[in-house]
Amino acid sequence: MALLSEQDAREIRQQLQALANPVTLVHFTQELGLEYGRETKLLLEELAGLSDKLSLEVYNFLLDKDNAAAYRVDKVPATVIRSAKDCGIRFYGLPSGYEFVNLLDALLAVSRGDSELSETSREKLKALSQPIHLEVFVSPT
Amino acid sequence: MRLAHRLAIESDLITADAIEAAEFPELAEFYGVSAVPTTVINGTPTIRGALPEEAFLEQVLRSVIAATESDAETALSRASRR
Repeated sequence: MALLSEQDAREIRQQLQALANPVTLVHFTQELGLEYGRETKLLLEELAGLSDKLSLEVYNFLLDKDNAAAYRVDKVPATVIRSAKDCGIRFYGLPSGYEFVNLLDALLAVSRGDSELSETSREKLKALSQPIHLEVFVSPT
Repeated sequence: MRLAHRLAIESDLITADAIEAAEFPELAEFYGVSAVPTTVINGTPTIRGALPEEAFLEQVLRSVIAATESDAETALSRASRR
């Protein structure tokens, strides 16, 4: 059974028409021991089917260690949202509920390649000289 | 979450992970996450709750400066002990 209802799929398909450039969902998972591993992969497959600009690559976390290391993925399920460039956006876990909205937002922003931050914020970020890793703990509700 | 990802798009030096707390309970516990959203910056839980853009960025940048200063202090106190 599909995770996205027909109506959801219709609405998402419409939103994804705004995708400017191709976006790839790079997904790392494993067959066993993941509570929502199967659902996460299924959801991404359904999502990727809703736009020609969206593609999905699936890697086995345990077997594709080189790719996991290249993307600095250290836990699963993991989903990298990238365009031609990897701008450092990752989702760990099943992006359901409000997190699904955030996933769509990230897809569209990555596709545009525009953060839409204020001019002031952009200026402040230009002065940054060292790497920052943000881990935001969220819940689907 | 949206803001963290936007910062990552804007700056090549920033990476942003959204982590489902319930699916990674050990990591959430390690960081002492008791409510969501909680933002961990370079390994230090820093922002609890959601903030508007300006305040969020301020916290992110301040935490980096604080870390640099504490490194400098450590280096200084090491040097003065010599």
